Amino acid sequence: MITPIDLFRHDFVQNAFLAGTLVAILSGLVGYFVVLRGQAFVCEAMSHVGFAGAAGAALIGVSPLIGMLLFTLLGAAGMGALGRRLRNRDVEVGMLLAFLLGVGLLFLSFYIRNASAAVNLLFGSILSVTNADVILTGLSCLLSLIILAILFRPLLFMSVDPDVAEARGVPIAFLSTAFLILLAFCVAQAMQVVGVLLVFALLIVPAAAAEKLTHSPLAAIGWSVLISLVSTWGGLILAFIGHWPASFYIVSMSCGIYFLSFIPSRLHPSRSPTGVNHRGRERNLGA
Amino acid sequence: MIVPIPVADYRPNAMFTLLHYPFIQNAFMAGSLVAIVAGVLGYFLILRGLTFAGHALSSIGFAGAAGAVLLGIPPVYGLLAFTMGASLFISSSSGEARGRDIAIGVIMTFALGLGVLFLSLYHGFAEQAYSILFGSIVGISRGDLSLATVLAVGILVVLASLGRPLLFSTFDPDGAEARGLPVRLLGMVYLILVALAVSLAMQLVGVLLVFGLLVGPPATAIRLVGRPSHAIIVSVGLGLAYTWAGILLAAWSGWPVSFLITAISFGLYLPVRLRGSRRSRCRMGAARALPSVRTASSRCSQQVIDDHTD
Repeated sequence: MITPIDLFRHDFVQNAFLAGTLVAILSGLVGYFVVLRGQAFVCEAMSHVGFAGAAGAALIGVSPLIGMLLFTLLGAAGMGALGRRLRNRDVEVGMLLAFLLGVGLLFLSFYIRNASAAVNLLFGSILSVTNADVILTGLSCLLSLIILAILFRPLLFMSVDPDVAEARGVPIAFLSTAFLILLAFCVAQAMQVVGVLLVFALLIVPAAAAEKLTHSPLAAIGWSVLISLVSTWGGLILAFIGHWPASFYIVSMSCGIYFLSFIPSRLHPSRSPTGVNHRGRERNLGA
Repeated sequence: MIVPIPVADYRPNAMFTLLHYPFIQNAFMAGSLVAIVAGVLGYFLILRGLTFAGHALSSIGFAGAAGAVLLGIPPVYGLLAFTMGASLFISSSSGEARGRDIAIGVIMTFALGLGVLFLSLYHGFAEQAYSILFGSIVGISRGDLSLATVLAVGILVVLASLGRPLLFSTFDPDGAEARGLPVRLLGMVYLILVALAVSLAMQLVGVLLVFGLLVGPPATAIRLVGRPSHAIIVSVGLGLAYTWAGILLAAWSGWPVSFLITAISFGLYLPVRLRGSRRSRCRMGAARALPSVRTASSRCSQQVIDDHTD
């Protein structure tokens, strides 16, 4: 029997783990803010924008990652222009999502009429990540982490309580757009690992579970990164041992942890999360 | 690994001679059915702030269809089981919009993960996924069509009998509850109708187009006219126009129907949205000045009520 240790001698396994780890850390961090800011649908739309980009890149023969980054950055700029109250712009975001998915389909139909290329984009192909992809992923993750470190405090303040943050002179519009650009980077990376349709498994699900486990933002970010990493590593190891797709294992791991995360709050009802994260309540108190 | 896009092989001299071909006729009828049902349901979807739920239901349906394909039963059963289950889950997890979005996101991700597994266990992995996701409007038989017609008529009849209370509870959930309307039950029945419509539509037009037709026409209609009954009629009209134009253009150009319909829809929505943004900005400003907690849907309905009183 092949043990997981033997597997690490292979290049593609190392690449998968390297890329997966980088993406999991970034997704855990960015995902916390996505959940806190209630931008799940924006994140979903971003992944479909990235799908169009990847399909376009396949059409002109460049790396899908470049196409995804370009399109998601444009998408971030477009959604940033929709204004700071992006949470109430579901219709606009939905229109963008449907249109870009259509554009992606058009590109694919021009390309080779190849269904498996589409399926790889949609469901991820972590096992075919190349050395060049790993370097590009590493650089853009590093850049994203630096940006996130700079923006961290004002972004957290603004996400927890936008009205007070604005009153204190935090540049809301600038920060919202900057965050969307970060999200764009992150979604493009995550799509490599789990594909367009399953970006949520790394971005939303770990952060949603983390929010159930703790009130403190810093602890929640820590949990979110940890859950994201555990899901990715566990999913990859299971994929090498088992026969099913890596994306399925990663999704099951993170969703499983999410469902388990309900248990602690059930056991200690007094600790159920109602604190800083509850925006509606915050605004109620502010009013 | 070739995915047939039948219209692409067919380039007639005149666009309208196409109408003589049975497959084009079937495509027109199927597209029209979906456009009508989606135009009506989509209006409520937008007012109730359930755009994301609509998208999620269509993605979840994909997983159901994949499971049914694996079991060797007709995809429509899988579609129905998954979308109905998800719509019950979504309507039971209602409350604050943010929490609901996350619940929708998690259940959607989980369903899609299952979908990947089902498809990988099945041999024609890629082709099946592709045809479920993007539909095959030109490969529709008469049998599919008659089943779809029955379902569509059923959905419309239920919706018509619920029409007034549903509208009331959409615009003013608190008022409706105060008057003793079963608001939660109405919401649940409505989502089940959406689940049925998505299952019906997905077989005909694919995941992508279902969502395009659910959101595109009503989003434009709501910005054009205020009165609910007019907006629903305009929404259905726009949906039919997009679908017909999309099918004709697809047959003529060889481009995918789904892309053409969503592109027409987006192309018309954009100028309407940009024209309306000045009016709505002052309205958003007014809403911001009131420091009350308003959810997305109540603000949206407020906007429609404002339009109505204008």
